[in-house]
Amino acid sequence: MHPAFSVIFLTTLIGVAQGLFLALFSTQLYSELNLLPGVSESNFYGIGAVISLLLLIGGLIASFFHLGHPERAWRAAAMWRTSWLSREVLALPTMMAAVFFYGVIHLGGYDSAAYTIGGINLSTSLFVGIFGVLATFILFVCTAMIYACIKFLQEWSTPLTVVNYILFGTASGFALATALASYLGLTEHVVFLGNWAIALTILVLLTRSASLYRNSRIKHKSSAQSAIGIRHNKINQISQGAMGGSFNTREYFHGKTAAFLKSVKYIFMVLVFPVPLILLFSAIDTSNTGVLIAAFAIQYIGLIAERWYFFAQANHPQNIYYQTV
Amino acid sequence: MTQLALIIDLNVCVGCSACVTSCKEWNTSGPAGFMSDDNPYDKDPNGTFFNRVQTYEVGEYPKTETVHFPKSCLHCEEPPCVPVCPTGASYKRELDGIVLVDYDKCIGCKYCSWACPYGAREIDEHQKVMKKCTLCVDRIYDEALPEAERKPACVLACPTNARLFGDVHDPDSNVSEMIREDGGYQLMPEWGTQPSNHYLPRRKNKITIHEDELIRVDNPLNKEQKQHHDPVDAPTLEDNSYI
Repeated sequence: MHPAFSVIFLTTLIGVAQGLFLALFSTQLYSELNLLPGVSESNFYGIGAVISLLLLIGGLIASFFHLGHPERAWRAAAMWRTSWLSREVLALPTMMAAVFFYGVIHLGGYDSAAYTIGGINLSTSLFVGIFGVLATFILFVCTAMIYACIKFLQEWSTPLTVVNYILFGTASGFALATALASYLGLTEHVVFLGNWAIALTILVLLTRSASLYRNSRIKHKSSAQSAIGIRHNKINQISQGAMGGSFNTREYFHGKTAAFLKSVKYIFMVLVFPVPLILLFSAIDTSNTGVLIAAFAIQYIGLIAERWYFFAQANHPQNIYYQTV
Repeated sequence: MTQLALIIDLNVCVGCSACVTSCKEWNTSGPAGFMSDDNPYDKDPNGTFFNRVQTYEVGEYPKTETVHFPKSCLHCEEPPCVPVCPTGASYKRELDGIVLVDYDKCIGCKYCSWACPYGAREIDEHQKVMKKCTLCVDRIYDEALPEAERKPACVLACPTNARLFGDVHDPDSNVSEMIREDGGYQLMPEWGTQPSNHYLPRRKNKITIHEDELIRVDNPLNKEQKQHHDPVDAPTLEDNSYI
């Protein structure tokens, strides 16, 4: 497939935003259960929610560049019964609303104890957060299922696609939350969030390696024989019915060499996993904000390469019909 | 239920592309608007087509065969492109099973084209909506046309009758009969899309003749051991008649 930067930015930006929101919620939950100190006057949740919301809006804007008729985008909510894309179109604003209200409660100081049990006070924002977490996971599944549900794009059609989308988003979001906590001087939270970011990055290293391994051994079901229905081992295409290319040659071929593809794979394997891991390891104890921001930024750049590779690696069966001009 | 479809006979298709030009001519002048073309007479010509004829070489020289392969939307019975459409612009008609795009609802997200294993959909680069074969839905029901012309433009254009149009759900229709009797098959059956369009394979008329069938064993001349020679120099009946 031809990787579209609009979709690459959409999926990576909302992934970070979703991960960041999960990180905010986890921190709040831990502190309200008295497992972590409170974030006191730092406005960690409020600022985090604003960043998360801005990233979601950024992803939404990026997605509009993918559309031929953005002014009709509202129609995309119609077919949620059958279309994962339509479900995503509903899940994204739902999550944005949850993050918005979560942020408003924290920034406006409207939070109050909603439920008290033992010595534990659970605040209103936590319950808004639970709604947000639900929306976050629904959005993760919808985004990933857009790709995983196309069964003949065999590189995508695996539960690993969904797992990877969830883990990539969560890992990068926790890395951003670590940097934010460090910037706000919350040293204990930096350790908590940083360790989660490390754990999630290692976890997604395993699942992404699993999908790379799976895809390297994939056996494509369609062949030239099944495509034109002629039983012969040797079928050569002579012409494809167009001399100057067509939508079929532009949309489904990445147009890069195998060596380029391979180098992108190595680049993202380095930028997403070892580099941020080393930086996080080295900086979470000292709470070095600069290094933590670099860890997130490098991982995000790596994620753009990862998403590019995710698209480029998928081999559409229609390409069988477009082998020669 | 009716399922209109095309039958493409690879046995007689000569790859002339008359169906391609006829399709483009009809559909670019249709009520749904033009089909964009960029540099049609220049370097890197580019445009939107509903139908294209491809050519394949099967086998290795000298045992090769050239197969011309017209390719358009197959109007699947289980179209994978329809459920993925977020707006409902892509739909399959109950009435006759034609898969269509509502150009006024399409947002141009291209997701349906990703979900088609055959690459039958093409985005119009200027109108920014997804386009595909309509089976000339604006023609086949047009009562202003003589009945014989109420067929898709490609079918009418084909000089070798390689394209046939009819209801593949009606067991007695011409097309169903051809699928049944001439080995009609579907493309990429592995994805369960159940294309309505069928292709008829290359067919060769062959007869097996054994050597003893070439020599007449009960030839009476052999029995009498008499060789018959034409009297070449003898006068013929014509020589003796004076008319």
